[in-house]
Amino acid sequence: MGSEQQTVEEILDLAATQFKVPRESLSADDDFFHKLKIDSMQALSLLTRLEQHFHIELPDYELQGISDFRTLAQRIQARL
Amino acid sequence: MTRFSGQAISWEVTDGIIELALHREPCNEFGSQSLAEFEKLVNVLPELEQRARALVIYSPLQCGFSAGADLRETYYRTQQMDRASAVESVRESLKRTHEVMNTLDSSPLTTIAAVHGVTFGGGLELALTCDFIIADKTARFSFPELRLGLIPGFGGIPRLKRDLGNAVVRDLVLTGRSFNATKAHAIGLAAQVVGEGQALTVARSTARQLAKFDHPTSAAAKQFIKPIPYEELRREIDLFCNLFCQPAVERGLKKFVESKDAQPYLP
Repeated sequence: MGSEQQTVEEILDLAATQFKVPRESLSADDDFFHKLKIDSMQALSLLTRLEQHFHIELPDYELQGISDFRTLAQRIQARL
Repeated sequence: MTRFSGQAISWEVTDGIIELALHREPCNEFGSQSLAEFEKLVNVLPELEQRARALVIYSPLQCGFSAGADLRETYYRTQQMDRASAVESVRESLKRTHEVMNTLDSSPLTTIAAVHGVTFGGGLELALTCDFIIADKTARFSFPELRLGLIPGFGGIPRLKRDLGNAVVRDLVLTGRSFNATKAHAIGLAAQVVGEGQALTVARSTARQLAKFDHPTSAAAKQFIKPIPYEELRREIDLFCNLFCQPAVERGLKKFVESKDAQPYLP
């Protein structure tokens, strides 16, 4: 299991690739809905990518109220 | 009518395969227009069944297969009615929808849902009428109805119970969470998982293979394997209508339609 920081980096890499934004424009405390300009439907597609990448299941309700990459990484870390 | 092009759906028969496309923007919300066009399909299905061996249902829309029932339409339509009329209107709509779903479920054709992206609520219920679900790896499956104070109303629970273990049914229905394609395959919901953008191609190739089999034998095997849970389906309509009377539903639908998010699918 990698560190939380490593998980954050991997999430940022995936998000940048999936939504075609410059990787350097993203940081851990960004609001991903705002920064990636995505709606809840696109957030679901990010969730699918994250589940595939980390080989975990992340129920949607775990994401309720979360909008920053760091907290997302913590939720993922808890399931690794 | 071997070809139809509507506002919500289109179909075409090619080489013994009916391809049914769902294309109502933004994400194939199933409303009155969709229902009317599906009824057209059901009316001509006996004729199509003479010309075809398989039916493939897919969506060319980027968002996915279908986000389910058109809740905005339901909300605004029933808001103009008193409670008893609203419930009666919902019951009538559900009966018509069940007629469509039951006809597809029991068709002698071999039926395949080629799904990707959002496959939620009524969209999942439509997929469950098919003999197989071929899922692109972007597919997500969910029954989010409980967050509105409802249950799936297009036959979802009886068909899930027919096809999967009860623990899985409880997980899907009672949590409202979504499953990805890998999980759907692991629990037996999806027959195959394929790469992104490949579901329709694989469904066509599967349909071509199945179409080689002796049709009466395939139809007889299907009828033997796949019972239609008519009694439970009827009870589902009653339960849905009973729940629809509850204040939680109006609150849930109001919250949904007033959401600032264009597609408020996260529970």
